[in-house]
Amino acid sequence: MIQHENAHKFGMVVDLDKCTGCGSCMVSCMAENNVPFKEDETRKKDSITWMRVYKLTNGKPFPETEVVYMPRPCQHCSGLGDHGHSPCVSVCPATATDYGYDTGIVSQIYTRCFGCRYCMGACPYHARYFNWWDPKWPEGQENYLSPNVSPRMRGVVEKCSFCYHRYQLAREKGYMEEREIEENEYQTACTTACPAGAITFGDLNNPEHEVTKIVKPDPHPDPMNKNVVGKSRNPKVFRLLERLGTNTKVYYMSEREWVRKAGDNYLDGEWDKRKNHHGSSSDHG
Amino acid sequence: MDSALIPEGAKRCAFPKFMIGMAVVGAVLLWGVYAMFLCWFKGLNQTNMNDYYGFALWIWADLAVIAIGGGAFFTGLLKYIFKIDELKNIINFAVIIGFICYSSALLILAIDIGQPLRGWFIFWHANVHSMLTEVAFCLSCYFAVLTIEFIPNILENRQLNKVPFFHHLAHNMHGVMAIFAATGAFLSFFHQGSLGGVAGVMFGRPFAVREGLLIWPWTFFLFTWSAAAFGPCFTLLVTKITEAITGKKLVGDKTIHLLAKIAGWMITTYMVAKIIDTIYWATVTAPSLGFSLSHFYTNNAFYGYWILIAEILVCGVLPGILLIMKSTRENPTTRLVAIILATIGVCLNRWVMVLQIMAVPVMSFDTWALYIPSWQEVATTILPVAYGIMLIAVAYRYLPVFPQELELNKSAKAAE
Amino acid sequence: MFPFCFEWAWDVGHAIFFGGLWYAVGILGAGMTFCIGKAAWDTINDDGEGHGGHH
Repeated sequence: MIQHENAHKFGMVVDLDKCTGCGSCMVSCMAENNVPFKEDETRKKDSITWMRVYKLTNGKPFPETEVVYMPRPCQHCSGLGDHGHSPCVSVCPATATDYGYDTGIVSQIYTRCFGCRYCMGACPYHARYFNWWDPKWPEGQENYLSPNVSPRMRGVVEKCSFCYHRYQLAREKGYMEEREIEENEYQTACTTACPAGAITFGDLNNPEHEVTKIVKPDPHPDPMNKNVVGKSRNPKVFRLLERLGTNTKVYYMSEREWVRKAGDNYLDGEWDKRKNHHGSSSDHG
Repeated sequence: MDSALIPEGAKRCAFPKFMIGMAVVGAVLLWGVYAMFLCWFKGLNQTNMNDYYGFALWIWADLAVIAIGGGAFFTGLLKYIFKIDELKNIINFAVIIGFICYSSALLILAIDIGQPLRGWFIFWHANVHSMLTEVAFCLSCYFAVLTIEFIPNILENRQLNKVPFFHHLAHNMHGVMAIFAATGAFLSFFHQGSLGGVAGVMFGRPFAVREGLLIWPWTFFLFTWSAAAFGPCFTLLVTKITEAITGKKLVGDKTIHLLAKIAGWMITTYMVAKIIDTIYWATVTAPSLGFSLSHFYTNNAFYGYWILIAEILVCGVLPGILLIMKSTRENPTTRLVAIILATIGVCLNRWVMVLQIMAVPVMSFDTWALYIPSWQEVATTILPVAYGIMLIAVAYRYLPVFPQELELNKSAKAAE
Repeated sequence: MFPFCFEWAWDVGHAIFFGGLWYAVGILGAGMTFCIGKAAWDTINDDGEGHGGHH
């Protein structure tokens, strides 16, 4: 594994209790990253939404019904045991998707992808999207595309890049000024667009960053599942499908137990047992 | 009209009749070709695939034809390496079926990828950690082996064989065929296995993921084994169909019984392994990830426990037993039932390992995703079938495919 | 695929994968070269001695 000693590990935490489901993150993401749209967007299963807001309910009848909105960008998995073999990276036959050991970001090389879609099958979060059509913008709109992000052609897979171009710009600036980049210099479009301030983005390797302070990631493997690394020591914070060992860098936070439970799959009665264990293990760090 | 090309002594239908048959199948082929060009020129929006179903009908067809085409490598292995000489009576046909299956698989892959002109990236920019890379390399190389194995049979055509160079080439290739067959078996072991590995390594998909040995999940070994087990059944099935259409006995019973017996034991041993794998996955692997077995087979309109029972018991254990018991194996009806069930069984397994994986929701708030293929997908999937029928028809008409044909039909000829 | 492709690394994975692959391709290539070469040789010898009753 090639890992710089001072490598970054960019990640985010989304406070689901703050998220109102307004969709600003989705809109800003599409605008920032030149995400194309279809003339007819009724077929949602082939719409491209790097950032997608899911609606979850607790399944209870009125008046106990509760709803939560869950923004889901690419989870930038670091794979089993945190070794960088995310579900999609390890399967790509043409090395068109890569894990950046210096950033923790899973990249997609559009001009290298030949559209086999194996990565989409391997991703349990549906974070990867295929360009079923050539991108088409209403006349004149192409003048307003972001110059920092290349538009994608038909037949390739694309996904959230944690606005990598913003990192590149910040890094270049820092390099010229011979200094490290500041926390606020590199923020994703969704983070800056969220009116509720529900998204916190930063370097999970930097203890000074807000995201690290909230998440308190455990650098040691989970004693219950050695594949899981980086588990949050904050009892309110969880990750999506953490038990699979994907080791995502997108964390979620909620006061509500049913929301935290919805983040993963549990056998009957298992949640209560694990919940108690989580409470005790959360003290060890 | 074309009698000079027909093998000496062999009886074939009249040329116009042959051409009418070819025209009918050719029309279906053209329909598939039209759909293929639509996909190439307009893109994969011609299909009903979506971001939930990145792998769909084609990948199933691809895996299925490779599995049922496994008869070629396994029969070749038995004939040339294990020296089971009896199989010389069916090896040519097994190779032709394998050739059709593998060329179809490569064609399907060429249609399936979003950027066909970049198809070579899989070789050039190979990621050696991807199971699909291994599939691509071994598949292409094994197709080369099948072509090499097919060439001598083509050169044995009555007219071609008169050319001294071709005559010698065919003779020399027969001489070193064991080396080609061994290489083919080596390549087949890996690409059949890697196709199983494609599903088994997807650790984000609890329906697919399996533990394994070193870098290979158990599905790797199960796929190789099942291709070797069920492939010969498909060879037998196509032989049976060809015999029915031509109205001739083409392969002796001794050969058929032997291959059926070998397939029977392979299927039975495979089913033991498959059942152990399924039980371990259902009781250990999936529950450790928070999934009970019922999660994969309930709450949707299509995938129920029936598919598990059909694959393992009805189209797995049953044909295995029918083929290992002498009485049912040598009874043409029960043998036919067994080889049909077996062929369905392996195709069903590949279906489950492609489409059901995509259908099962993984996130707790996600939903089942079902899809119905578009006509373009159906047409391009039928395309290889039409192509296969045409190639078999041409090969049967002009090449000495079945060494026993004249001998087996002597009495019938005498009776006429 | 080749050492000059930038994804190439001199590691165990590449050694095993491409070692096996090039070995198989080498056998196929050598086998076919032998067959074609020998067929050409046999054909020429046939022509030269075809009527001489060598066979």
